[in-house]
Amino acid sequence: MQLTGAQALIKSLEMQGVDVMFGLPGGAILPVYDPILGSSIRHILVRHEQGAGHMAEGYAMVTGRPGVAMVTSGPGATNIVTPLSNAYMDSTPLVVVSGQVSTAAIGTDAFQECDITGVTMGITKHNWLVTRAADIPRVVAEAFHVATTGRPGPVLVDVPKDVSTSTMEWYWPEPEDLDLPGYHPATAPDAQDVAAALTLMGQAERPVLYVGGGVLKSRGAESLRALAERTGFPVVTTLMARGAFPDSHPQCLGMPGMHGNYTAVTAMQRADLLVALGARFDDRVTGRVDAFAPGARVVHVDIDPAELHKVRRADVAIAGDCRIVLDALLDAMDGQSAGQGSDRLAPWWDRIHEWQARFPLYYESADQPPIKPQMVVEELRDRADPGTIVVAGVGQHQMWASQFWRFEDPYTWVNSGGAGTMGFAVPAAIGAKVGRPDRSVWAVDGDGCFQMTAQELVTAAAERIPVKVAILNNAYLGMVRQWQEMFYGERYSEVYLSPDLPDYVKWAEAMGCVGLRAESPEEVGPAIDKANAVDDRPVVVDFRTDAFEKVYPMVPAGAPNDAIVVHPAHERLAR
Amino acid sequence: MTVAFERANAHEPSERGGERHHILTVLVENKAGVLARVAGLFSRRGFNIFSLAVAPTDDERFSRITIVVDVASAPLEQIVQQLDKLVNVVAITELAPADAVQRELLLATVEAEPDARSQVIQLVGVFGGEVLDVGPDRLTVMLAGPPDTLDSFERLLDTYAAVEIQRTGLVALPRLDPGPPGARRRHEPARLGRIGDPRSG
Repeated sequence: MQLTGAQALIKSLEMQGVDVMFGLPGGAILPVYDPILGSSIRHILVRHEQGAGHMAEGYAMVTGRPGVAMVTSGPGATNIVTPLSNAYMDSTPLVVVSGQVSTAAIGTDAFQECDITGVTMGITKHNWLVTRAADIPRVVAEAFHVATTGRPGPVLVDVPKDVSTSTMEWYWPEPEDLDLPGYHPATAPDAQDVAAALTLMGQAERPVLYVGGGVLKSRGAESLRALAERTGFPVVTTLMARGAFPDSHPQCLGMPGMHGNYTAVTAMQRADLLVALGARFDDRVTGRVDAFAPGARVVHVDIDPAELHKVRRADVAIAGDCRIVLDALLDAMDGQSAGQGSDRLAPWWDRIHEWQARFPLYYESADQPPIKPQMVVEELRDRADPGTIVVAGVGQHQMWASQFWRFEDPYTWVNSGGAGTMGFAVPAAIGAKVGRPDRSVWAVDGDGCFQMTAQELVTAAAERIPVKVAILNNAYLGMVRQWQEMFYGERYSEVYLSPDLPDYVKWAEAMGCVGLRAESPEEVGPAIDKANAVDDRPVVVDFRTDAFEKVYPMVPAGAPNDAIVVHPAHERLAR
Repeated sequence: MTVAFERANAHEPSERGGERHHILTVLVENKAGVLARVAGLFSRRGFNIFSLAVAPTDDERFSRITIVVDVASAPLEQIVQQLDKLVNVVAITELAPADAVQRELLLATVEAEPDARSQVIQLVGVFGGEVLDVGPDRLTVMLAGPPDTLDSFERLLDTYAAVEIQRTGLVALPRLDPGPPGARRRHEPARLGRIGDPRSG
């Protein structure tokens, strides 16, 4: 069967089981858009290519399937560089197809030419410039294989226009046809390493399971719970792992790190053993590295061997898929006597419970305007359907969402962790809703973030994707404002936005959404109820929140975690 | 063809082969852009390259890159693991200097007025080099050898005014009679590999 390169590309995506892709056409990718008309794949037309990338990420994060985006050459491709970088930092499987100028024009500074494989070399797991139509099915199969196996990540396939228009004899590659002689992701652990880890775990008196996003990527939440309950160890879930272990579980200490709660941060500092599972000792978790968990031995499990010993030397380093390693640990424990150390850990749990009682997450509530932003998150949480997916951008609102939501299930939290991409929430929420239309999806966003990518609500309205957006509108770039208040002597440089400019309600309505506003605490609940009742179009709620509110606790940047700053009210209590 | 770039501290032979510099021979797919991927990785992760040489192998699917890395910039293990993540990198072998045959090529153009010419030619002869080109007052000479021999040669040539010196960066292969156990470490790309290093014995 003779197909054009373009037809082969779309057919290859179908063969990969792609049901939806996000994109925006243009000159170099035009041939590929033609066969989309007859394809089973739903194409969602975005308003900006960055939106396509973040939508694909949101889709991937809630479904576990790779997100797919398609853009044209030049500016189309550069507009999706930020999502690629974001997906690279958060290990999200993403396949981006970009158009390229014709092979004969490459290198001539042709119209809308950009060396996008060169640009994205450092922010993709791998990328390909396809030079022959006959290579398309194989390259697409390789791209999906690389994106989804090992440590997942984004890939880019750059397709010149003449490659799309020339013809090839259709085939679909078998796994052994893939030409990846240098790609062999590690999955299964060495039995010796597992035994060594168990030995350390059996000796520990102050252990902590330090759970990162790798547990979610490996679909390992159930195995984690089994191991946690079998060992009785406390569990912290990083920003990328919220939902991997239920917040309501008595062994869950919540989120560690710069804005983690006091107990999670301090338990890691005082631990004698950290069992890091799919976590990478990010600087936002460790604070000053040489003062991080000074008395702890480390078992480090990661599917990416380059993460082992990268930041912190591990006593036992296990390269492998988290779920497989967790199951191997559980299997090995079956050979041991039961009742692992509940007595041994009792003093440790006593200390933990004392910290929890003394330093819970806290804010001073108010019954007058302005609204406390944390209260909005709590009201959203308490009025949400079970299984609601929460999506955040980057900044104060993100931290409050992570702190004050109660995450019970895996894949209910979507945010930009490693890259810290403002503007992530709106398009990622749209992608999440496309991936899980059965779930309610709430974006908790900041006013600064919202203004970066709000145009994608037009996409959502046009495509009938009923996401909900809560803007915690404090009229500031709030996190930057917080740093300027705390560390720059209250010299506020270029952080003021405005509560009224733009008018978020009118803007929402102009984009085909329902626009609501809440200005005082008693309006918060009714506004949320009203938003929850809408299911045929997007809703935006403008919550007028307190600009002076800061995220606590906080470990100042570069400081040791022991220098954690708690809420001023707790500080008074402590003295 | 052998390409070389970035040489620093060329006059610190005591450093070479010591703790600071390690030789990695990296078998890569012979595809467009692979050198850029390797060089880009070193650049963005802040790893320093002391020298780098790349050329095709006798199997046209693969090229071999010989990299002398500066482990003062990052632990060798981290450099190897990050390199191994590049999809086009097939195999990485670390060669301890004592356990490797190393060669580098040096070309030099030297001021040599007729009365000094014979001295230069004699020096080249002592080192086993060759005179490649002769001008009225200059000579271009060549020497292939272990890097420290080239260092000595280069210092002696400086006695005569060396107009231009070009070195290639070293290439290396394991000695056929391996040294003490553990001196040479092969970094396996993964346990589940379909193809290992087709170049290794």
